[in-house]
Amino acid sequence: MPKAWVFGDDVNTDVIIAGRYLVKRDPEELAKHVMEAIDPSFASKVKKGDVIVAGKNFGCGSSREHAPIALKAAGVSAIVAESFARIFYRNAINQGLPALVCRGVRNEFNTGDEIEVVLREGLIRNLTTGKLLRAQPMPEFILEILNSGGLLPYLKAKKNSIKEQFKRSRILMFSEG
Amino acid sequence: MGMTIAEKILARASGRRSVSPGEIVEAKVDVVMVNDITAPLAVEALKEIGVDRVWSPSQVVVVFDHQAPPTTIEGARDHVMLREFVVEQRISNFYDVNEGICHEILPEKGFALPGRLIVGADSHTCTYGAFGCFATGIGSTDAAAVLATGKLWFRVPETMRIAVEGKFRKRVSPKDLILKIIGEVGADGATYRSVEFAGEGLRNISMAGRMTICNMGVEMGAKAAIVPPDKLTVKYLKGRAKGKYDLVYSDEDAAFVEELSYDLDGVEPMVACPHSVDNVRPVREVEGIKVDQAFLGSCTNGRMEDLVEAARIIRNRKISPHVRMIVVPASREVYMDALNRGILKVFVKAGAIVESPSCAACMGGHIGILGPGEVSVSSSNRNFRGRQGSKDAEIYLASPATVAASAVKGQITDPRAIR
Repeated sequence: MPKAWVFGDDVNTDVIIAGRYLVKRDPEELAKHVMEAIDPSFASKVKKGDVIVAGKNFGCGSSREHAPIALKAAGVSAIVAESFARIFYRNAINQGLPALVCRGVRNEFNTGDEIEVVLREGLIRNLTTGKLLRAQPMPEFILEILNSGGLLPYLKAKKNSIKEQFKRSRILMFSEG
Repeated sequence: MGMTIAEKILARASGRRSVSPGEIVEAKVDVVMVNDITAPLAVEALKEIGVDRVWSPSQVVVVFDHQAPPTTIEGARDHVMLREFVVEQRISNFYDVNEGICHEILPEKGFALPGRLIVGADSHTCTYGAFGCFATGIGSTDAAAVLATGKLWFRVPETMRIAVEGKFRKRVSPKDLILKIIGEVGADGATYRSVEFAGEGLRNISMAGRMTICNMGVEMGAKAAIVPPDKLTVKYLKGRAKGKYDLVYSDEDAAFVEELSYDLDGVEPMVACPHSVDNVRPVREVEGIKVDQAFLGSCTNGRMEDLVEAARIIRNRKISPHVRMIVVPASREVYMDALNRGILKVFVKAGAIVESPSCAACMGGHIGILGPGEVSVSSSNRNFRGRQGSKDAEIYLASPATVAASAVKGQITDPRAIR
């Protein structure tokens, strides 16, 4: 069962992936250094499917899309936070990494708790404590992007004109806050 | 109901008579900027979706600054790829490793103009708001969308107004003001919002100072930070502006979600302590902390008046023997100006290192990396753990004057203490 990794407020993109690694664009290479500055063992311990639970303003700082790329490549299947920084939120969705806003989530989890995230319904379940939380629901379009694995695979799958495709991405913005 | 500057710009760019906060608009972007760290992912994304041509080469600006010149093979490889891209796409607004930091280049070269809608694949794109435009940072995939279509969807932000009155006292600067504001508002205090500055005090803040202030808007989460254009703006743009522009102002009955005010006379030298930008205290409270590196540069504080302010303190003094002081002018123009005015000589004579224009020590991916246990006092914009090198290093963000005073004394020092 996926496990929760709990982090605090204001987890910034520099600690998610440090500036010196940005020239290494290979996702697997980036994944080796993910969260290095706050938990050097995270990259080796995180298992495919695990979920990050965090406080407010997750992903603040730089616009580096390498941050969600690194998290996703490391195996992180979703991030559930009290709130997200604006640029990171869009980058995560564009990269196909679910980012769910769920008030009060941070205090309901300890690192290692078993977690279940049901995207469609926005349900966050702590299987260790039995607590059930509700995230802000995600619009259908975001779910479609996430199911495709990101905005680019989604667009390729849709094979619409580029213009029309990006037009639809407006729905992304509804969840911005 | 009247509109704010942000609302007016987004309304114009989306072909509407009016917009209000929370609305979603598809807007035509006037300029898109990508740099050497974010462009590679955007170019790959363009290729992946099968777009052969960017929508309008003359509205695209490409700047090499994070790896300028490259310190890694990967960085050099990306430069090779991007140089081919700009040739193939006929992008003439290309600034190679010799020009400077993107957020200094766009204003200098006249791309940051009042009333414009500018997006950049770099979070500090909000700097251009100093010129009365709406400028915001985006990721590489969104940048690819703009490169392909010239458009992007925006949620119209609420506007928060910060009024300033008075004038800075000696050795106190716009950096101290913005640090003070972030310390009070918090790292997410302006998230999703546009921050509009106002008040008589703005007349006493130079364009460079306004850029410093707007640059750090993103450190409180702001989507954009905007200073209404005035005589100083128009004067700066004379001979630089690429095209015509409109001076846009908020209506008298525009709605602001929150209003704050600051008295510039009451601001004192401030510092953001490790490891967050909102961990702000007056310099006097942390004086005496030993410093290993002093960095003067970055898109926040690498402009001429920053160098001049620091040189005033350093002239006829020596950098403390246990401090590395690294000075990096923000652009070739600043570099030349400082060279001609003898400012660089002041630094070199005092024992500082002067490097060519780039992001340098700011983001830890280039020169001036910190080792474990080291302390840096930096004129840049972020002090996140590991930002400038080792995760066991500490970064104090401060004004150019505080950086200079600390470099001379070898410890964090209130610049007002130096005569």
